[in-house]
Amino acid sequence: MTAATAMKRAGQLTALAAALITAPASADFGLLNMTQGVTESSREIYGLHMTIFMITVVIGVGVFGAMFYSIFRHRKSRGVTPSKFHHSTTMEIVWTVIPLVILVAMAVPATRVLIDLDDTSGSEMTVKVTGYQWFWGYEYRGEDVQFLSRLSTDSDRARRLDSGIKPASVDNYLQNVDQRLVLPVDTRIRFQITGADVIHSWWMPDLGWKKDAIPGYVNEMWTEIEEPGVYRGRCAELCGRDHGFMPIVVEALPKAEFETWLANRQASGEGMTADADADTTPETDGELAAR
Amino acid sequence: MTATTYNDASHEGEPTGFTRWLVTTNHKDIGSMYLLFSLAMFLVGGAMALVIRAELFQPGLQLVDPYFFNQMTTMHALVMIFGAVMPAFTGLANWMIPLMVGAPDMALPRMNNWSFWLLPFGFAVLLSTLFMPGGGPAGGWTMYPPLMLQTGTAFPFVIFAIHVLGISSIMGSINVIATILNMRAPGMSLMKMPLFVWTWLITAYLMIAVMPVLAGAVTMLLTDQYFGTTFFSAAGGGDPVLYQHIFWFFGHPEVYILILPAFGIISTIIPTFARKPLFGYSSMVYATASIAFLSFIVWAHHMFTVGMPLAGELFFMYSTMLIAVPTGVKVFNWVSTMWRGAMTFETPMLFALAFVFLFTIGGFSGLMLAIAPADFQYHDTYFVVAHFHYVLVTGAVFAILAAAYYWMPKWTGHMYSERLGQWHFWLSVVFVNVLFFPQHFLGLAGMPRRIPDYSVQFADWNMVSSIGGFGFGFAQLLFVYLLYKCIRGGQQAEAKAWEGADGLEWDVPSPAPHHTFETPPVVR
Ligand code: HEM
Ligand SMILES: [Cu+2]
Ligand SMILES: [Cu+2]
Repeated sequence: MTAATAMKRAGQLTALAAALITAPASADFGLLNMTQGVTESSREIYGLHMTIFMITVVIGVGVFGAMFYSIFRHRKSRGVTPSKFHHSTTMEIVWTVIPLVILVAMAVPATRVLIDLDDTSGSEMTVKVTGYQWFWGYEYRGEDVQFLSRLSTDSDRARRLDSGIKPASVDNYLQNVDQRLVLPVDTRIRFQITGADVIHSWWMPDLGWKKDAIPGYVNEMWTEIEEPGVYRGRCAELCGRDHGFMPIVVEALPKAEFETWLANRQASGEGMTADADADTTPETDGELAAR
Repeated sequence: MTATTYNDASHEGEPTGFTRWLVTTNHKDIGSMYLLFSLAMFLVGGAMALVIRAELFQPGLQLVDPYFFNQMTTMHALVMIFGAVMPAFTGLANWMIPLMVGAPDMALPRMNNWSFWLLPFGFAVLLSTLFMPGGGPAGGWTMYPPLMLQTGTAFPFVIFAIHVLGISSIMGSINVIATILNMRAPGMSLMKMPLFVWTWLITAYLMIAVMPVLAGAVTMLLTDQYFGTTFFSAAGGGDPVLYQHIFWFFGHPEVYILILPAFGIISTIIPTFARKPLFGYSSMVYATASIAFLSFIVWAHHMFTVGMPLAGELFFMYSTMLIAVPTGVKVFNWVSTMWRGAMTFETPMLFALAFVFLFTIGGFSGLMLAIAPADFQYHDTYFVVAHFHYVLVTGAVFAILAAAYYWMPKWTGHMYSERLGQWHFWLSVVFVNVLFFPQHFLGLAGMPRRIPDYSVQFADWNMVSSIGGFGFGFAQLLFVYLLYKCIRGGQQAEAKAWEGADGLEWDVPSPAPHHTFETPPVVR
């Protein structure tokens, strides 16, 4: 689209604003914080997040408290005479050392969690994730099951420019897919993450992390989901035009149900797609340039 | 101390009209051009931001195609960083550094002219790409390959424009360094220099160090695209992540290039309006120097999710946390400067105080982002967007506005309208928080950055943010009007426009005559 058409469309804004006031409140002002997620790691990450946040709140209360006290008390209109001090080595040392100590204290648990996340050993199954422009491919390593996972068709229809379909009327607008990644709970799962064309990033907030899907490289990560349920995430790395339209849905099943699902899947052969050929070879420059 | 000054009458042979501006080598003329150019780019970049915020006003696509949306996010960032903030600082350097160190002009006046005139040229090229087949660049201002290699006709033009802008910045920096090191008035030792001069000296070194790195990175993109190299393609033995390392080796020092001169401005304004000397001058200098040093060893905190080895993650997490210490020292020093002063709250002071408060909030979110495991959640979300807008808009841009109000009497010879200034401040500070604070919530709740559309649970805060965006955007038009009025007339400014002001720039009349300090003042 050109800049000119964009300008033309700007005129529609007023009409939009009017439509909006009548739209049902489907969103959430209460959505303020990070999710605790459904794995031990995600809870630990949430813990780190809250700890560092509280540290900044405490420092903030101190600094801003002093600042506003000063703004209130030390103003010319109150007839004060300015003091002349401009140096204090003691204070300088104090406010260099105290933050240092706080940071070291914070670095310790952060290091522990990082080391734990980095250790992908001991996994019971492996899922390979491939990012494509603009969908995901999943392969259950050694199980002969693989499929692609795309934005569900009702979302895809509604998200077209001027589709006339209200996003709120679509089930899980932009966070639903045609085929979910089904995973077992209480199982240590290793992910191998790569990209087929450009860099993507596989992000599942309830698992606590995202990892970049880079063409030509395989990144590893692991998880162990504790609760059955449906979890939703998205691509996090700008990957072109439809970057906003390649959601991720994980369905966590109890172990036995997962085994049944997997067996059915293997038996039917359904969802085995030709183009997700598990080929890690990156495209050649020629192919990229040709686009 | 007295300064010999000449007035314009002694320059009869000089060109007038447009030619005067085209060929000028006068630091004040060039400074004014930089500042006005920066204001123009601020409005252009702002218009792009409003396209973004209009599309994000509610879920669903209403206004633009996703690809055009990506062009807007990319161009908005490039225009704001290279067109608005950096030229504003160079403009301030041009105007104020010679006045502050008692020099008659910049050390290299002809180069000064050229480094300015490269800018309109570079931006003409950059902005023209929006109208090329395939549109402008849409891979983000970070221009990561392989995505960036999918850019259409615009690709080589973008890279050329970046080279031009980089050359301009490097020349500007050389000029600043040459001026500061060689042209200080007798008696002005390094440790007597105003902090704005100090922070700019360090910034200039940072720029000379890292602009060539950016130039290298984009040139490698260019050869990958056209000359068969495979620096960033795994298929040919290269590595897409290599680009990110090179880019952020430039990119992190770059964000400090965008904030160090702001630190200098705030360290000038707060003492003036607190009527009290700056607390901890030398520790401010050392803190600036250590921030500059550390900024070279933290770059991969932008890359915690690319899959670095554990040792790398740990190193960059620790070094990033460390950089918060000297940053904290600065904030503590500013608050101590205010402490037991006698403050008044004219517009420059209001912007400076808002800077201290809101920049610190950006520093806090920076500290949170430094925690690598937590960054696995934060990265590439609106939380990061909130972080860098707090440090860049309520940080760098507020400091630039504070500086503009502070020195406008010196530039124009008139006092600006304090009433309009106060309106501008309060509208800006309220709307900027309505605009950016909710973005913390959005990011934490799971909204990625750089998306044109989102699922419905993010609708409420996005709408609030968009309202803030339009409010903030239109509030800036008030500044344009105020500036226009101030240039045209207003109450005559005294040489020393502010009661508590200190520094050589206040010894020359307002407006500062075309030539100042032809005979250097003596500093004791
Ligand atoms: C206390 C000091 C600071 C710390 C610890 C810090 C930390 C960080 C971290 C870890 C990130 C990466 C987040 C991510 O992508 O996941 C980041 C992003 C960013 N920071 Fe800061 N930061 C600090 C101050 C600043 C300052 C002073 C500026 C500029 C004036 C700045 C500008 C930016 C920008 C522009 C980005 C995003 C770049 C991009 O991805 O497009 N930060 N910061
Ligand atoms: Cu993406
Ligand atoms: Cu950084």
